[in-house]
Amino acid sequence: MKVAFTTSGNTLDAPMDPRFGRAEGFIVYDTDSETFEAVDNKQVLNSAHGAGIQATEAILRKGANCVVTGHCGPNAFKALSGAGIRIYTTEAATVSEALEAYRAGALPTMKSADVEGHWS
Amino acid sequence: MIIAVASGKGGTGKTTVSVNLARTVGSHVQLLDCDVEEPNAHLFLRCAETAGDIVTIPIPEVDESLCNGCGECGRFCRYHAIVSFGSTPLVFPELCHGCGGCALVCPRGAIREAGRRIGVVETMETDGITLIQGRLDICVAMAPPLIRAVKARVSNATTTILDAPPGTSCPVITTLRGSDFVVLVTEPTPFGLHDLRLAVDMVRELAIPFGVVVNRMGVGDDRVHRFCREQGIPILLEIPDDRRIAEAYSRGELLVDALPEYGSHFATLLWNIREFRNGGGK
Amino acid sequence: MPESKVKELVVISGKGGTGKTSLTASFAVLADSPVLADCDVDAADLHLILAPRVRERNEFRCGNEAVIRSSDCTRCGKCLELCRFGAIVRGGDEEPYAVDPVACEGCGVCVRFCPVQAIDFPESLSGEWMVSETRCGPMVHARLGVAAENSGKLVSTVRREARRLAEENGSCLVIVDGPPGIGCPVIASMTGTSQALVVTEPTVSGEHDLERVLKLARHFDIPAWVCVNKWDLNPAIAERIEALALRAGAKIAGRIRYDRGVTLAQMQEKAVVETDAPSADDIRCVWESLGL
Repeated sequence: MKVAFTTSGNTLDAPMDPRFGRAEGFIVYDTDSETFEAVDNKQVLNSAHGAGIQATEAILRKGANCVVTGHCGPNAFKALSGAGIRIYTTEAATVSEALEAYRAGALPTMKSADVEGHWS
Repeated sequence: MIIAVASGKGGTGKTTVSVNLARTVGSHVQLLDCDVEEPNAHLFLRCAETAGDIVTIPIPEVDESLCNGCGECGRFCRYHAIVSFGSTPLVFPELCHGCGGCALVCPRGAIREAGRRIGVVETMETDGITLIQGRLDICVAMAPPLIRAVKARVSNATTTILDAPPGTSCPVITTLRGSDFVVLVTEPTPFGLHDLRLAVDMVRELAIPFGVVVNRMGVGDDRVHRFCREQGIPILLEIPDDRRIAEAYSRGELLVDALPEYGSHFATLLWNIREFRNGGGK
Repeated sequence: MPESKVKELVVISGKGGTGKTSLTASFAVLADSPVLADCDVDAADLHLILAPRVRERNEFRCGNEAVIRSSDCTRCGKCLELCRFGAIVRGGDEEPYAVDPVACEGCGVCVRFCPVQAIDFPESLSGEWMVSETRCGPMVHARLGVAAENSGKLVSTVRREARRLAEENGSCLVIVDGPPGIGCPVIASMTGTSQALVVTEPTVSGEHDLERVLKLARHFDIPAWVCVNKWDLNPAIAERIEALALRAGAKIAGRIRYDRGVTLAQMQEKAVVETDAPSADDIRCVWESLGL
C-alpha cells in the first residue's frame, strides 16, 4: 500500500501541509517496504486552475492508493474519488505523526469536499 | 461608429463618461456595458428590468457507453477541465474554456458538447438609448465569452458606446477589439498616470485611434497633461474635481441632468471624437 | 501545519477606484512587520506609494500560444474553421493565415489538427513578478504584459511568494492589495485568506457591487469586513450599505471621510497615515477594528 502525505518538506519529520492541491509536495510512503519518496508539487502550485486535478495525477503516477491531508476542495475530491484514491484527513503536525495515526487506523475518511477550493 | 470607453484603473469615471456620452448622442444610440463583472451603467439610466438571454459556453459531456477510457481527451486539454484515470473521464466545468478540442480528439466520438451557463445579456430601452449589459454569474471566471455575446448585439445603424471593464487584461481587449475609437479616462494623479501609461500601451498594440479624458481636474498636478503632450495624445475633455459631481454620482444621477452646465462639456467630447474620426487623426 | 500562523488580509473593492490601494498602503505602515502583496496585477499601484527597491525579478510564463509558420502553411483553412476564439486571422498572400496572439487562448486545437503540422506552440511570456524591499517590509508585486491573459495565475504566484516570505521572515501578516471586480483574479486573490476587507463608496454603484463581492466572499467562506470610504458624500447610502453588509453576514470596519488629503498624500508618495490628513484618524480606527 502506498500512502501520499501532503507536506512542505521531504523527510518524515517534515510538517504536514493541510492543503491537497496546493501542497508544496508529497511524501509517498510504501507500507510494504517501509520506504518513502518525496514528490515536488511546485509546478502545480504555479498553476491558477486545476491544482487538485494535477496533484491527483502526480500522486497517481507514483502509485499511491490513498492520501492523507488536511482539507480537500471539490475538484480535488472529485478527481481523487474518480481515480479510486481514498482520502484520509488529519490534523497531525508532522508526517510521522500522521503516518502513525494512519497505521493505527485512527484517521477518518473524507466523504465529501470540506472546503471551497476551485481556485485556492 | 463604435466608441469604447476604457481606463487602466477602475473608478476614474469610465461609467460616468459612457452614460453621459450616450445621453449626449441622444437618440439611436446603443450603450453596451461590457464591464460584466460589475455592470453599473443601468444604475444611471433607470431602465425597467427586462428578461435576459442566457449565455452559455460549450462544455464536454461523455457518453459512458462509447468511452473506452483511452484518456486522449485528458492529455489534450490544456486547462485540466477533463481528465481520465483509466476510466470514463471526469469533467470540471468551471475550468473549461469551451475550445472543443476534447470532442475532436476523442477517437470513439464519445464526447458531445452541452451548454454551461456563465451569465446573461439584458437589453433595456430608455429615452432613445438602448442599453445592453452582460452580467456574469457570481463565481464564474469567464468574462470574455460573455463580452463577446454582448458585442454580438452591436448594430451598425447606430452610434455604439462600449463601457469597458477596468485594466488591461483579456476582458478589456475583448471589449476594445473592433471599435473605431477608444476614450481613455484617467485622473491627474500618480496612480492615474501610471495606469494611463499601461492603457496607452494596450490601445497602441491594438492599433485603435484614441484620446484621453482627464477627470477630477485640479485634484493633482499636470503630470498627465505633460505625458499626453510628450506622446502627442489628444486630451478630449477635462472634468473638474467638483464635489457636486461626486454627490450626483453617488445618487445615481446623470451628470448632464443633475448639473446641466456640464452638457456642453460632453457635447464637445462627442464633437472631438467625431472630428477625429472624420479627420482620420491618430 | 502549519495552518501556519501567518494571517492573510485581502483588501478588495468590487468596483475599482474606491481607495483600496491608499488604504492598503496605510495598513502597511500601521502593521507590525507585514509582508505586502500587490495582487492588483492589472493596475499595480502600491509601489507608487511604497517605493520598493527591487531585490529579485522573475519571468512569468503562462500557457502557450499558437504561431503559424507561413512557409509551411498550405492555406487549407482548417485552423480558421476550428478556432472558437476568433484568433485565426486572414492575411495577405505572403501570410495567408496568422494567429492573433491577443485572442489566442492557447487551447492547442489548431496545433493538433493542422494537417501539415505548420503550427508551433511555444510558451508565452506574460509578465514578471518581483520581490522588493520597502520601508514597511518586503513586498511581492508583478507586472502583466500588455494584453496578457491569466492574471489569476499571476495573482496566485504573488500570493504564494508573499506567504513564503512571511514564513521565512517570521512575519505574522500578509496584506494583499486585491484586484477589482469579482472574476478570476479576484477569486485567485481571496480564496483561502483569513479575512477580506471590502472598501466601498456610498454610491449606487458601490452598493450594487458590494452585494456581488460579498456573495463571493460568502461562497468561499471568508470572513468579510466592510468599510465605507468617503461616507459623507452620501450619508444615507452609507447607512444603507452598512445595513446591507450586516445582512450579508459581514462586519463593519468603520467609515472614512471624504478627504482631498488622500490624493495629496499620493502626490508625495506617502501613505495617508504618514501625513496629517484628517482621514488618517479614520483609517487608524478601521485598522484597529480589524484586530490584526
